[in-house]
Amino acid sequence: MRMANSALEANETFMYQVERVKKKNRKLSFIKGMLFLLPSLILFSVFLFYPMLKTIYLSFFLTDAKGATTVFVGWDNYKEIFTDSVFLKGMKNTFLFVFYTVPLTVIISLFLTVIANEKLKGIGVFRTIFSSTMGVSVAAASVFWLYLFNPTMGLLNKFLELLGAESIGWLTDPDWALFAVSVTTIWMNIGFTFLILLGGLQSIDSSLYESADIEGSSYFYKLRRITIPMLSPTLFFVITVSIINAFQTFGQIDILTQGGPANETNLIVYSIYREAFVNYQFGSASAQAIVLFIFILLMTALQFKLGERRVHYQ
Amino acid sequence: MMLSAGKKAIFYVLLIISAFLIAGPALMAIVMSFMTNQDILTGSLPTTISLDNYFAAFTRFPLLQYFLNSFIVSIVIMLGQLILSALAAYAFVFLEFKGRDFLFYLFIATMMVPFEASVIPNFHIIRDLGWIDRYSGLTVPFFATAFGTFLLRQNFKQIPKELREASQIEGIGDFKFFLKVILPVSRTSLVTYGIYSFLTSWNMYLWPLLVTTNDTVRTVQIGLKQLQTQEQLNDWGVIMAGAVIIILPTLILLFLGQKKLQKGLTEGALK
Amino acid sequence: MSQVELIDITKSYDKQKDVLNGINLSIEEGEFFVLVGPSGSGKSTLLRMIAGLEEISGGFLKINDQTVNHLPPKERNLSMVFQNYALYPHLTVEQNILFGLKARKVEKREQQIRLMEAAEMLGLTELLKRKPRELSGGQRQRVALGRSVVSHAPLCLMDEPLSNLDAKLRANMRVQIRRLQKQLGLTMIYVTHDQVEAMTMGDRIMVLNEGKIQQVGKPITLYNEPENLFVASFIGSPKMNLGNAAFFADGNHLIIENQLHISIDPDVIMGVPKDRNLKVGIRAEHLFPGESKKDHIHHLEAVNVEQLGNETLIAFEVGSELWTAKWPGQWTIEFGQKVPVQILPQYLLFFDVETGQLIQSADIGKLREVVTI
Repeated sequence: MRMANSALEANETFMYQVERVKKKNRKLSFIKGMLFLLPSLILFSVFLFYPMLKTIYLSFFLTDAKGATTVFVGWDNYKEIFTDSVFLKGMKNTFLFVFYTVPLTVIISLFLTVIANEKLKGIGVFRTIFSSTMGVSVAAASVFWLYLFNPTMGLLNKFLELLGAESIGWLTDPDWALFAVSVTTIWMNIGFTFLILLGGLQSIDSSLYESADIEGSSYFYKLRRITIPMLSPTLFFVITVSIINAFQTFGQIDILTQGGPANETNLIVYSIYREAFVNYQFGSASAQAIVLFIFILLMTALQFKLGERRVHYQ
Repeated sequence: MMLSAGKKAIFYVLLIISAFLIAGPALMAIVMSFMTNQDILTGSLPTTISLDNYFAAFTRFPLLQYFLNSFIVSIVIMLGQLILSALAAYAFVFLEFKGRDFLFYLFIATMMVPFEASVIPNFHIIRDLGWIDRYSGLTVPFFATAFGTFLLRQNFKQIPKELREASQIEGIGDFKFFLKVILPVSRTSLVTYGIYSFLTSWNMYLWPLLVTTNDTVRTVQIGLKQLQTQEQLNDWGVIMAGAVIIILPTLILLFLGQKKLQKGLTEGALK
Repeated sequence: MSQVELIDITKSYDKQKDVLNGINLSIEEGEFFVLVGPSGSGKSTLLRMIAGLEEISGGFLKINDQTVNHLPPKERNLSMVFQNYALYPHLTVEQNILFGLKARKVEKREQQIRLMEAAEMLGLTELLKRKPRELSGGQRQRVALGRSVVSHAPLCLMDEPLSNLDAKLRANMRVQIRRLQKQLGLTMIYVTHDQVEAMTMGDRIMVLNEGKIQQVGKPITLYNEPENLFVASFIGSPKMNLGNAAFFADGNHLIIENQLHISIDPDVIMGVPKDRNLKVGIRAEHLFPGESKKDHIHHLEAVNVEQLGNETLIAFEVGSELWTAKWPGQWTIEFGQKVPVQILPQYLLFFDVETGQLIQSADIGKLREVVTI
């Protein structure tokens, strides 16, 4: 009896030790995991989380030219920007810009993807050409189109001249400027969108098409009943990414129009840039940045939430 | 799918027209870069072809310096992103520890913060660190990326867990396993992400515009803007020569890595 | 001395119900021990707990009388072979085999000696410079074995190492692994779902189902005296014929599946309760051809015939069950034909319907079949 008891006790102390070792191991694996993640976490903290919080903080203050806070103004910066006709116009322009660029980019890219997905000789060359604009930087693309839009020498007006039509001040006419910037943007974004859509299209199981062929389905029937539904997650992804990108547009504006004429192309990021780094109004610029942040937050949240549910996954 | 000759012809016509429209602006720029200003101004087809515009671009502007800067910045960002996201992806795939899921959601959350929205304090941080006009200011803020981490995590997940278990039994630690097994085994996806990373870094515009004030570290993109705004009276040949030079590295990279990018990015985006 | 001892081992994930429950087991030095069971039975989990790849939820694990619950895999001095071989795809065969030795800082010369030894033993000498993707399935398997051999670990764990190979190669590798184990004097713990592998390779077998030990013993014991219905139907191919049965009131007649009437000498079935429903079982080779015999003949309808060349498998309909007979030689039997079959009561096994436990095994089976030379 006593022997059994002491054996039991020995067991208990041993179990206690085992538990301690387990705890220590857990601690060690936590430290190990953190070591792998630490570089990313530190940089995220310094260059993402802290700046984001700081932006919120700044949006409630007036600042000096160096960015130091001077006066706490509460919601005034927000009140101010939402009554400021320039900012409101910028917002309107941004939405208009999204509306001009996103559907067209996706539709054109989808068309290119569909015709470039056929098994034809030399199709690789076409795919390369269609994706090539992804390799063209925003600065280079803007310079190309700056020339194309040039009122006297530009090819577009020369073409209009040839047709006997009046030339257009693409970048100087308030009615055309945003459209011109949109055309540039669409052209730039086709490459990336095409590449992603092509990847999506090629991952569709070919047996779906084969069985449709056996049933004698027509080309457009297959496009509508197989290609588009099976591609819907990819489409959804490129749509949201395009919207987010459109909100973040800056380079083309800076080179093509500098926000003009009459603020017609003053999109939100350009507006933030000017407010902060030209006018040194860091407070109200931060308030604008927060508005941008909220829009993008909503878009990303929508992408995560709807991405899983509404869209057809195989 | 077999296509009849008629259908084939339709597809070729569509493909050729589209290709012409897409490649048009870049082709035009390339042609213009070899033309004399005389020809450009009169709008005629090139009568002579010369490299004068390229000489002009390199001699009148520190284009070579910009080019070198862009290379350094892009390579450094690429390496930084690869190292940090590979480490993080490894932790998310192979290590189990308390708080891992929370940290994973934290990484996801970073995708909701656009860089443009936090650009003001970021600029102040870089200024206060004295990193204006330094390579560090152009590169370090971009090292940590959620996108890269997810992309590599997706690829690491396809590596059999047994490889790690076999190494555990053989007494190989996690860091050694990461270096000696995971990195070599997933080199294809590392290359894919590296290409993407280089492309986006090379093409950055807003940030280099803010944190470079002189030619020492200025990148080609900003250089091109300078070229365009300073070049007197529409010397378009020189401007186009500059533009062609700066898109050359990325186009070459894109042509080489197109298949890989297409596959890699689709996987990263959708799984 | 027992090399591996499991005392009341349990495994549970996050408050879910136990995956493994009350596993007590001891494995002797130099023994080839097989863990067998259907998928989801917990056999791989158990092996991975021994390896240290899974945490042990409760109980003790002892290796060489040392409790090792808390030790990481590398300190347990064992080697492991995985189902998918777990070869490093970017390393050559040689590098794969030496990877662990390098990590353990084994001396260079010693590394080479062990490498050559293992390569020769496994016929890998020609393949050392190749990458895994240039090897066939069987060759990869041998590289995985080589990795285990060079480690000189006294305990080797194998997790379904043959299930990715085709049938012919599998039979070949069974022999190789068995020979290697004896040659090196390894203690082997071998997990498989294939009862043929278990029967042919194991010194002892443990049958596991739904996280509980069903039976531990020598292959022949499991075959002849399955402790319960699960083991009876899991071990042996074709599987044991089973049927519901009850005694007539007089206790001298058994009726199986409401179809077969069998008269039994009461002496044979002393221990079997007569007043209850039972399950009876009989091995395929104990349903004898009945044409030249007189007693215990039943005419059964053949519903399927499989000619294997050296023997013939005939399926008969018995009530709601299909019984299979295995007859030596070649038999021509038509589908639907009534065939005389001899069913001797001495060969019947009796099980409790409710608990599934064995009540009485076929005495005669034990006596006649194990031939010791």
